[in-house]
Parts: sequence; structure tokens; C-alpha cells
Amino acid sequence: MHHVVLDRWSRGESALHRRDARAKTIVVLIFLIALATAQRAFLPLSLCYLGILAATIVAAGLPLGAALKRAAVVLPFTAVFVAISLAAGEPMRAAALVGKSYLSALAVLVLVSTTPLPELLRGLERMGVPRYLLMVAQFLYRYLFVISEEAQHMRAALQTKSGTLRRALWDRGKFAAAGGALGVLFARSYAHAEGIHQAMLARGFRGHFLTLSGRSFGRADVFFVAAALVIVAGARAAVEAWI
Amino acid sequence: MHIPDGYLATPVWATLDVAAAPAVGYLARRAQKGLEQSSVPLLGVMGAFVFAAQMINFPVAAGTSSHLVGAALLAYALGPAAAGVVLTAILAVQALVFQDGGILALGANVINMAIAGMLAGYLPYWLLGAGRWRRQAIFLGGFLSLLTSGVLAMGELILSGVPMPGVVIRFSLGVFLVSAVLEGAITLAIMQALTAIHPELLRQPQSDGRRALGWIGVGAIILAVAGVAMASAYPDGIERLADATGIASHATTLLRTPLADYQLGTLGSAWLRKAGAGLAGISLIYGALLVGGKWLARKRGA
Amino acid sequence: MQPLVEVRDLRYRYDDGTVALDGVDFQLFAGETVAVLGANGSGKTTFVLHLNGLLLGQGSVTVCGVPVQPATLAQVRQKVGLVFQDSDNQLFMPTVLEDVAFGPLNLGLDAEQARTRALDALGAVGMAHVSAKAPYHLSAGEKKRVAIAGILAMNPEILVLDEPTTFLDPPGQNALVELLDELPQAKILVTHDVDCARALASRAVFFEKGKIAGEGSVPEVVARFSWDRTSLHRQASSRL
Repeated sequence: MHHVVLDRWSRGESALHRRDARAKTIVVLIFLIALATAQRAFLPLSLCYLGILAATIVAAGLPLGAALKRAAVVLPFTAVFVAISLAAGEPMRAAALVGKSYLSALAVLVLVSTTPLPELLRGLERMGVPRYLLMVAQFLYRYLFVISEEAQHMRAALQTKSGTLRRALWDRGKFAAAGGALGVLFARSYAHAEGIHQAMLARGFRGHFLTLSGRSFGRADVFFVAAALVIVAGARAAVEAWI
Repeated sequence: MHIPDGYLATPVWATLDVAAAPAVGYLARRAQKGLEQSSVPLLGVMGAFVFAAQMINFPVAAGTSSHLVGAALLAYALGPAAAGVVLTAILAVQALVFQDGGILALGANVINMAIAGMLAGYLPYWLLGAGRWRRQAIFLGGFLSLLTSGVLAMGELILSGVPMPGVVIRFSLGVFLVSAVLEGAITLAIMQALTAIHPELLRQPQSDGRRALGWIGVGAIILAVAGVAMASAYPDGIERLADATGIASHATTLLRTPLADYQLGTLGSAWLRKAGAGLAGISLIYGALLVGGKWLARKRGA
Repeated sequence: MQPLVEVRDLRYRYDDGTVALDGVDFQLFAGETVAVLGANGSGKTTFVLHLNGLLLGQGSVTVCGVPVQPATLAQVRQKVGLVFQDSDNQLFMPTVLEDVAFGPLNLGLDAEQARTRALDALGAVGMAHVSAKAPYHLSAGEKKRVAIAGILAMNPEILVLDEPTTFLDPPGQNALVELLDELPQAKILVTHDVDCARALASRAVFFEKGKIAGEGSVPEVVARFSWDRTSLHRQASSRL
């Protein structure tokens, strides 16, 4: 599963993995904004940025082909709009859509593949995102695997009992059964939440999540952000000046 | 329906990010107050549930398939503020971990699904969930939540200049309608199962006075959604109407000055007129939901 | 000698009116391990949830001389460490280290002290090498050990374990029993696993319909309530 693979990649050891999560977040935002606001010279710029990202992936010790492939999940959606743009006589827009959507997805993939999600969330909190929201996301991620497995068991059970879900829309009985199965999954999830709550109380929880101290922003991180800014903005300026 | 990065024009995604940030902050504060402190695991696990449920695909037509979005269901179980927080967390995890939906576009996706779609789904249940029309209200909630999110997303894409010929829009709307019916049906099926086995897990819809505003809200949503849908699908008809009433020219002037320097500069004025109509429709939806949402918040605080 | 845990006439009723506990008397002394046996639904788990105040019923529950009441919950929860049946619910933090440090942080230790405590506790159960891992990567046996570490990190006097050998394979069960045998705290073991009870417990109580129907050594209680798998063994030997 996709998130399992990324989770594994995120626990690697490289200079990039060791950077502060906030630094990496800022760098990705710089990249995304530089990409999003670009208005011309899409083809050369996309190639240039693709090269930068590929170099980053290799430097982080991640498998290049696999990473490039995983970011392609955005392409089917884009293919439709590319076709429309070409039909409407707007090849530049078609190029822009492909380049921007794919490279943005790839950049985010690199971020999450070099930073374990909980660390990323903690970094976001230190950048001002509400803690409550991030704690919910943290728990969501933690229990994603648990609940998905239960969902898969239910789905298998449902299929053995009533054939595939394919005709479910037209068969009220199967639809109700599917709804019932999801209802049971819902109730089980609720039961998990109660169990977790009890476990938290049993270990003295009184309403606030206290954390172990995280890493602090070092000189390497400052250098990293500065270098990234120069490279990303510089590449774009160079490409646009040259074309 | 998750808009990736690279589709929205800079003024669109930037504005929506700026709009979404305080809204999410507000929802987080409200959710914390409304539930106990220890609600974090509940919200997290419910988010995981929706995620897991979304992995189960229900085939729709011709190779496309749909899945539960869950905005309405979450609102019925947790209340709108907590549901908004959970949905935002889901969207954030989807964007980060699954690259489903962009990061710069997160504000747009949050507004479309976690806020507007969620509120559109909650209002019917809030108004009718306690009475004879409970099942219909639940279905309508699921239906409206999906349709609202879809239409808003489409409107934002059109506004950003993504080419959308009428036939594509009509097809998309068709898919949205089918998915919305599906969402209504699945939501209803789950709610019926829960009402039978674990009714205590659901919020009680309040039935008290001052519901006129809520009805206006629902009415406005339906009108606005229908309006934007029609404007997008049959732009020429709307254009004629807009020309006749003079709205479009005003919208055009408004749009031309601040936005002309950006990507929209390369597009023709005909498109701007259509966009003006679309923008008016979107504003109406936002307005209706803002009114509905504020009113709900006041009710809760009372 | 004063009992570490003293329960007198404990009664508890669910919201829907069902009687879960119908007058339970119980004592636990230092150094003891007591097995709690009984059918599903007989009140075993409900009973142990009263020992750290997760449930509050009628009657009296006293832990290390402190009566279990809303005002004393923090104290009681430090003294009684409860290991739940579902390890996934117990390990809710993103990494093993953060989870084991959860208790110490809530007790008021600062980040550095909590980290040290957590690492020590992980070392005591042989899991220091997984401190940076995410819980879902661990096997059932490893999760159980980490859950125990999370409790040990709070320096409790009493360990309460609810069905600890569920989900463990035979080698895992052996390893767990070995570990528990080494820990000096007094223990209460809610279990269906009679072998586990026989290996660790000096005494057993048998729950039936919310009351303790009998007490004694593990073999005595097992024999008295036919709480073993004799028919299964008989069937097995008839195959040989």
C-alpha cells in the first residue's frame, strides 16, 4: 500500500532526512509557489524542475523510478484536461497542467518520503497550525492502518455473503447489507476510540497532550532553505530569461 | 473532486487559502469546546473510518466508480464543527500522504468539502432530522453535500481558466448527480443501521424556532447550485441573460483590473463574462452557507 | 500485612440497568499474582476497570491505602498499571518511545526525565531497539511488551493485565510469561489461558454473574469449576 511504502521511505537516513521538518516544509512551499505562478516557458521549466527533484530524490537515497511512478497518480485526472486543452487549441495550457500537477505531486512525495508524518505534523504545529487539528491528523494516521485492515476483512466477508458489490446500487438488499457493514465498521471504530481513551486515562491523561522535545532549527537547516530558494528561483529566472 | 496543484489560478488558490485558514481555526476552537478534551482520539479514529470506508468503491457507470465522502455522515455523528475538523484532517492526510489534492489547493478543497459541503449536508438533518422526514432529510443531506462540493470545485476550475466545454461540464454534472445520489443512499443506509444498533452515537437534531433562516439557507444552496450548474453547462443562455440584465458587464470590470495581470490576461472577454456569471453563483453559495453556518453557531451557543 | 488492594462489596450497574458486579470482595497482597477466571460477561473486565477508577461503582475500593475516588484518580493511576487486551488501543502515539514516555510526562516529569524513564522501561522488557519505530510495525508480542513498558515507566506497585496472551503465538506466550515472572510487582491476571494462570498465579478467583463464586489455588479453582479443556484433551488422545 502506498502509505506503507512512503512511511518506510520516510525513516531512511540521509542529509535530507535529517533536516528539520519546518525547513523542508518551507522549501516545498517555495517550490510549489514558484511552479504555480510560472506562466511561460513551461516545457523547459518543467524539465529543469524535474531534474532538480530527481537529483533530490537520489540524494535522499530513495528509489528514483519508484518515486517517479508513485507521483504519477495525479496523471489520469490530468489526462482528461490535457485532451480538452489540446482540443480547444491551447497546447500551452495542456503542458502547464501536466507539468505543474505532476511536479507538485512529486515535490510533496519527496517531502513525505523524507519526513515521518508525525514529525511533519509537529513541524506544522510549530509553524502555527492549530494543535487540535494536527493531533486529530496524527491519530487518524496512526489508526488508518488498523481500521483499513478491519474494512478489508468486512469487505471480504460481504463479498462471500453476497457476491461482488458491483450490482449493489441496483439491489436494495445488498445495498442495505453494505450499509450495515459500514455501520458495524463505524461502531467498531467508535469502540476503538473508547478503548484508546481509557488507555489514555489509565496513564494519567488530564486533557493536554505533552510531548518530548523536538529538534531545533540548526545552521544546516538555514543553509538548506537559503540554497533551495536560490536554486528554485534562480532556475526559473534563468529559464525565463533564456527563452 | 480533490483539486490538484497546477489547476487553479494564483488569485483563486491564494484567496481560498487565506479564507480557509481562519475558518479552520474557528472550527477547531469550536470543536474543542463542544466536545470533551479527550475527543482527539474519537475524531482521529472517525477520520480513519471515513478513509477506510472511502477505499470501498461502489461502481457508478462506464468505468467510473464512486465512494463515500462522509461529510454529511460525520456531521450527523459528531456535529458540524468536529466534522469540519475531521474532514480537514482527512484532506490534509490525503494531500500529503497520497498526493490526492494539492497543497496550495488545500484551502479550496477544505472550503469545498470540509466546510461548504459539510454544512450543506448538515442543514437538512438539523431542520428535519427529528420528524417524519428524517430519512428524506438524511438522503438530501448526503446528496447536497456532494453536489455542493462538486459544483464549487468545478466553478473554481472554470474561474481559473481551465478549459471546460459545455459538453464536459454537462457530463461532469451528470457524474456529480449520480455520485450525489449514491452518497445520499449510502449515508442513509449507514444512518439507518446506526439508528437501529447504536443510536447513542448520533447527534440529536434540534427542533426549535427560528428555522426560517435555515430554510432560506437550504433554499439558497439549492438555487445557487442549480444556478451555477446551469450557468456552466449552458453558458450561452446565461450570457444572454446576463447581458440583458447588465450584471455581466459589472462583473467583467471587477474581474478585469486586479486579475488582468495574472494568467487570466491571455483569455478573451467572452470567457470573462461567463466567469462573471459563475462567480456570482459561487458567491451566492458561499453567502448562503455563511449565513446558515453563522446561524447554526449562534443556535449552538445559545 | 496490609493488602495492596482491598475491595469490599463492590457493585456496578450499567446505564441500561444490567447488573455487572453484584457485591465483590477481593484482596491483593504484595508479591502475589492472582488469576481472575470466569466466563465471558461474568464481570472480570468490569471488575478490574474499577481498580484504577476508570469505572466508579458502589462499595469501597482501596489501593495502597488510598480510596479510589474522583479526587484521588491521579494517585491511583500511578499505583495501578493496567495493560489492556487490545495493544493497538494502548499504543496510540506515533512512535514507541513517545508512547512509553506518555505516562511519565503526565506524571509531571520533564522531557529529558521522561525520555530516560521510557528508555529504561523499554530496556526492562527488552524492547529498547525499537524505540524509534511506529507501533503498527511491531508484532503482537512486541506490542504487548511495549505496552507493559509503558506501564512500568510509571513505577506502579500493581500490574493488572487483561487477557495478555490473546493474539500471541505459543513462543510469544512463553516469552511473555517469562517476562511477567521476572517483574516484582504484585499482579492481577484476567485470563482464559489456564496454563498461563498455572505458570504465574499463586491464587485464583472465579467470577460468575458479577460475583466471586470461588477462590483457591489455580488447580483447585480449575477443577471445581471444570475450567479446563478435558473434553478437548480426551478427544485429542482418542486420536492417537
